[in-house]
Amino acid sequence: MTQPSGPIPARNFDEIRASCGIVFTDWSEANDAEIYAGIDISDLRPMVARLVENGCRLASVFAEDRTTAGSGFLLYHVFESLNDRRYLLVRTSIPVDTPAFPSVAAEIPAVNWQEREIHDWFGLVAEGHPNPRRVALHDNWPEIHPLRKDFPIDTVLPPFEGEQHLYRPTLGEGVFQIPVGPVHAGIIEPGHFNFAVAGEPILYLQLRMFYTHKGTEKQFEQLPVNRAVYLAESISGDSSVSHGTAFCQAIERASGIEIPARAKRMRTILLELERLYNHVGDIGAIANDVGFAVANYHASRLREFILAVNEELSGSRLLRGVVCPGGLRHDWEQQQTDHCGAALNRFELEFAELMRMIDASDSTRDRLERTGILHPDKARDLGIVGVAGRASGVDRDLRRDHPYAAYDEVSFQVPVYLEGDVLRRMRVRVDEVWQSLGIIEQILATLAPGSHRAAVPPLPPNCVALGTVEGWRGEIMHWIRTGSQGRLERCKIKDPSLNNWPALVEAVEGNIVPDFPVINKSFNLSYSGTDR
Amino acid sequence: MLNMFRKAAQTRLVTIGYPQTPARVPENFRGAPYFDFSAWRDARPAVEACPTGAIAIRESEGRRWVTVDYGLCIYCGQCAEADGSGAVQITQNFELAVRERGDLIVTAEYPLETDGSQGELAGLHNGSPSGGDPLEPLERKIQQRIHKVLGRSLSIREVDAGSCNGCEIEIGALNNPVYDLERLGIHFVASPRHADMLLVTGPVTRNMELALLKTYRATPDPKIVVAVGACGISGGIFGRNYATVGGVDSVIPVDVFIPGCPPRPHALLHGILLALGRMEQRILTARPASADPA
Repeated sequence: MTQPSGPIPARNFDEIRASCGIVFTDWSEANDAEIYAGIDISDLRPMVARLVENGCRLASVFAEDRTTAGSGFLLYHVFESLNDRRYLLVRTSIPVDTPAFPSVAAEIPAVNWQEREIHDWFGLVAEGHPNPRRVALHDNWPEIHPLRKDFPIDTVLPPFEGEQHLYRPTLGEGVFQIPVGPVHAGIIEPGHFNFAVAGEPILYLQLRMFYTHKGTEKQFEQLPVNRAVYLAESISGDSSVSHGTAFCQAIERASGIEIPARAKRMRTILLELERLYNHVGDIGAIANDVGFAVANYHASRLREFILAVNEELSGSRLLRGVVCPGGLRHDWEQQQTDHCGAALNRFELEFAELMRMIDASDSTRDRLERTGILHPDKARDLGIVGVAGRASGVDRDLRRDHPYAAYDEVSFQVPVYLEGDVLRRMRVRVDEVWQSLGIIEQILATLAPGSHRAAVPPLPPNCVALGTVEGWRGEIMHWIRTGSQGRLERCKIKDPSLNNWPALVEAVEGNIVPDFPVINKSFNLSYSGTDR
Repeated sequence: MLNMFRKAAQTRLVTIGYPQTPARVPENFRGAPYFDFSAWRDARPAVEACPTGAIAIRESEGRRWVTVDYGLCIYCGQCAEADGSGAVQITQNFELAVRERGDLIVTAEYPLETDGSQGELAGLHNGSPSGGDPLEPLERKIQQRIHKVLGRSLSIREVDAGSCNGCEIEIGALNNPVYDLERLGIHFVASPRHADMLLVTGPVTRNMELALLKTYRATPDPKIVVAVGACGISGGIFGRNYATVGGVDSVIPVDVFIPGCPPRPHALLHGILLALGRMEQRILTARPASADPA
């Protein structure tokens, strides 16, 4: 049971269901993007195996507490198939008196952290998990399961005692460890990296994340939906629009509304602006980490171009407070979009010059090529998504595979490389900058006047819905269950970084410590998005 | 190499002159909301719309107290939209940093009308119920001495104690050629042991509490702590929950608070320079020029 490789049979979920020999109950198409089906817990492992053999990818695993509704716990395995625009969410009931489920992490390492998260947050044991240690709560936390309904969010836990995490010992003659973090040397988020090194090369890296765990998923259950959008924007500060849009799409699906064409196009522009400012910043930062400071200064200047466009269009440099359920909070005047188009034309010229400067530097290429290689097989097995996946042969992009907003109206290419090194992770970004500029240009040319916001009816209770967005890092998922009085019973958030951190561990192996910063930068993962 | 010089010559100077020259911010920028308390007749729509509870009301015995906390505000502008009466307006004011947490909190007192609206403004109080004490003469002397020691050249250690990374993006922007912090003699250092100032973002998580405390202890005296962003000041939209302890001042003493979500780079500069005594604190409730009837 490994994730699919090579050519994948052209089959959709209905065909797979008919031929896989697994008995699903309540197979139902909730909308044009989601299929829900139930399964008996004893069939869970064979079901996952059969679907994966049939070319499906296990995108996420999560749980919810339905004990107050008398349904125990529910576990969801989310699948995608290359030839189906819908997601399949397979639901398994877990009775309260046997809080456990069979793990598939040994066969599908992509869900390693996600299964352990379920254990930490709900107290459901992942049976047969190869490494059933805590992940989302640190070792010194008391035995609590905060996402259970009977756990009050404002619980004040006593002072913690003992170690936050026990690392695998670093043994052997001449082998030593370098602990780094959680407070890092740069202006970045907190996490702990524990390197085992022999001389300069890294033998292995142990990660400890979740330093910024702030109870976000539980917090979603407290706020009315119109306020929860702001929480979604604060999941990962550099992906405000992506997370905000994913959340709003889930709300819109649950409410059964379609947003106006203009709103879809405006969202597309905002999502691409977010990609642009992050990609150009990363390109500069990668150059900077191998000593090319001049390129970084130009790149950060170009990034300010985009941030100014953001502010012109949304009132916020980081595009906060712009998306809302039903569309966007404010419409744009003609002069705002004109300004956007003119600024991007200037950006385009300058970006071409920047890339000529970087491409002309042999020493930069020398440092980036064959550095921090993530082999395509590993990328596939670990379920790596987004930029890092596409640099290692994972040809996936939600904008093309599960179109949302106005992505089905525009043409664009999805860059894919097989080498999986830092250079290719940078190249994917460079190619995507050009594609983003093309997408915005196409949208601006067709942006007709119209409504920018649809009325959103009161949220119907007990509806489930998924919102997905290809953020600039990769696949973002928000899954909600609505509750009463316009609130949410559950909001599950999956940031692409949650998939991708293990890739960093693989990519640094055998590289020298001084190359770690550039390798890390080439992934540029979100700590807050992971930790929530 | 020649191309690089040519490019530099073509690009010319891009660095802003702030604070020597006033900042130019786009017309659409959402800065601080201005509340015309004497004209405000009903705070309830704004309270209902506020995502973080930065606008709150308390009622008792025919009186209503409306409290606005600029340290909890995420500057989304929903209050002005929901209010609609013109008593709440979004301004472009971003110089919001203050020395006392209480300076960010304003409470207006009104008699309560029978229809639930507010009567004539009966009083306006600045400061939180507990805090906002003015500096004692000795404390002021110490502060002046610190400004003298640190005011001209400053080393900052940034600490993310649980932020969403939004504040880090804007703090990082201070190093770019547009904002160029070093022109003011200020730079970021890699270790708290080299730092004069800790620039801390939040909300402080339970998992970062100890690391923040250790970083504070590792920073040599005299030192300045600046709390950045709504979350760093008050916990922001995350508030206090099982995983967070709220603002930075619940773990270490804070000298200056910089509101925003995130604060734009100019606002960060204002706060840092305020902490050094090189800029002045503004009065948040002052009527901005843009709010005057034309």
